[in-house]
Amino acid sequence: MTSGSPGLDQPLFLPRERLGALISELQSRGYIVVGPVIRQAAIVYDELYTVDDLPRGWTDLQEAGTYRLERRADEQYFGYVVGPHSWKQFLFPPVATVATAVATEAGWNVTAADGRDAPQFAFFGMRACELAAVAVQDRVFIQKDYADPIYKARRDKAFFVAVNCTQAAPTCFCASMNTGPRCTVGFDLALTEIDDGFVVEIGGERGRNVIVALGLAAATNDALRDAEAARRRAADGQTRSMPTEGLRDLLVGNPNHPRWTEVAERCLSCTNCTQVCPTCFCSSVREVTDLDVRQVERRREWDSCFNFDFSYMNGGVVRNSVRSRYRQWLTHKLATWHDQFGESGCVGCGRCITWCPVEIDLTAEVAAIRGDVS
Amino acid sequence: MTKRPSVAVFKFASCDGCQLTLLDCEDELLALGEKLDIPYFLEATDRREPGPYDVALVEGSITTPHDARRILEVRQQTKFLVTIGACATAGGIQALRNWADHADVLNAVYASPQYIASLATSTAIADHVPVDFELRGCPIDKRQLLEVVRALIAGRRPKTPSHSVCLDCKRRGTVCVVVARGVPCLGPVTQSGCGAICPAYDRGCYGCFGPSVQPNLISLTTQFQRQGTARPDLVRGLRLFNAYAPEFRRECDRLDPATEEPR
Ligand code: SF4
Ligand code: SF4
Ligand code: SF4
Repeated sequence: MTSGSPGLDQPLFLPRERLGALISELQSRGYIVVGPVIRQAAIVYDELYTVDDLPRGWTDLQEAGTYRLERRADEQYFGYVVGPHSWKQFLFPPVATVATAVATEAGWNVTAADGRDAPQFAFFGMRACELAAVAVQDRVFIQKDYADPIYKARRDKAFFVAVNCTQAAPTCFCASMNTGPRCTVGFDLALTEIDDGFVVEIGGERGRNVIVALGLAAATNDALRDAEAARRRAADGQTRSMPTEGLRDLLVGNPNHPRWTEVAERCLSCTNCTQVCPTCFCSSVREVTDLDVRQVERRREWDSCFNFDFSYMNGGVVRNSVRSRYRQWLTHKLATWHDQFGESGCVGCGRCITWCPVEIDLTAEVAAIRGDVS
Repeated sequence: MTKRPSVAVFKFASCDGCQLTLLDCEDELLALGEKLDIPYFLEATDRREPGPYDVALVEGSITTPHDARRILEVRQQTKFLVTIGACATAGGIQALRNWADHADVLNAVYASPQYIASLATSTAIADHVPVDFELRGCPIDKRQLLEVVRALIAGRRPKTPSHSVCLDCKRRGTVCVVVARGVPCLGPVTQSGCGAICPAYDRGCYGCFGPSVQPNLISLTTQFQRQGTARPDLVRGLRLFNAYAPEFRRECDRLDPATEEPR
């Protein structure tokens, strides 16, 4: 075993022209392979049919409130970071039927979703922060007393092909959240892209079974060194950070800080940050009926703490201002998530910064609150 | 079997598009005819039965003295009054006259304006009579209309979502046109309804469903100006089908260069 590899076995080398063989191998095992593709001027996640669907030779330029695609000088397959989509949409679908009820002579015939028909996905190109985000959602959806059957069935079947980042966007801060950029746990296979191919680490039995079928040679020492250097670029390239020391107490202890009022003047309460966040898990459930009310679908849809009526109860809305809603989001994400799940709800992916239409940056908000207090 | 609720449909100043949405419920139309008694719906039938009605669906805005009297009569005969569409709910595109000189408009449009009896403004139904429920949109959304009908049949209050268009974009996986293209979009301040159609075709939201709850227009228009959209373009963008909705009206008046000029 080579030191420095979190995988079980010696890392292998996958020549660049054989990347498609890995996709085909997964497809032949019945996986729906999902990965990065270009749609609507951004790199999003959708089904990959062949290796040519990948955004080879493209990169993303990101800043608060801005995202642009640009051609790269080289032909890298994974020379970008994360976009507006996350794997959340496949494990925790935006719209799902959790139960149906049909009126019969004998009464209501109710069927609850049990995940039996769950699709079997292979996620192709998961970044370290995304592996961490799935682990965060695992704790929400399946590691408590009540497991969500839709999430659990999809999660149990899913195969994870991780990719180590070799560059960082200005919005990335996974290093300070301790969730990346290096993929260390939670993958079946992890690739690091170098000039002529990929160094492949094996995360477990399931990954080994797939990669063995490709008959690859061990990675040379040169390849391992190049991969290490490529990964270092992603770590060294991070310019944003979120100092986590004392963060929980800082936010919990400052519910009346003037910064909440200031950010509420800019915040649109539009929900975009919560929807792109790979860990936000809020949903609401409603019944959709036919005209006779003889067929009822109980439908679950992504919802958000930024919505006015999300805190509606007993005849009133509890968080009746943008100020209280932004504060709720940030405080839950970075502070009370610890109380609830024993960790932070933020993995430092930077999506909420890029995809906020008015450039609100949670690292700047925290810095403002910290700076005024200490 | 309980009595079928009676639903009357009335038109004021409008294009009939929202009434057509009712007729467009093809799959449900037969069932609707069975479930509802429809004593008055000129777009669909020549039945014209007098009230009282359980429900009135009211399309269009108030633009003439005659209509200002007629809406009072409709209200008197109706238990539950639902406005359908941007005209009835906010005054419609014809509310652009509210910023113009009435006489100028009449002279520009009609060869013999002396025969025209119209009001200087186009206003929402709620400016004239109490409204029990609003269905937004230009035109209204069929799924929301069916929700109103289902609620009426079941004898409960209708419920339509009040969140922004952005949430619909994200649920359907649309890439944000503001962030990825720098295209101005009213989605963050517009109420859900259409299912976020325009951004799915790479265009900004036109605000057809009117202002969302507690919309932060100043923040959004300030951002668009910073990204290079000129003030007159923002004013034009807000002065569309929901121009006279209070939140949009206040913001386009604030931005209107004419109001900035020294007088
Ligand atoms: S922080 Fe930004 S993305 Fe989040 S609700 Fe406010 S304006 Fe929308
Ligand atoms: S809060 Fe923002 S940076 Fe943190 S995980 Fe969510 S989207 Fe990523
Ligand atoms: S395209 Fe418009 S409606 Fe959609 S998320 Fe962006 S700002 Fe919101």
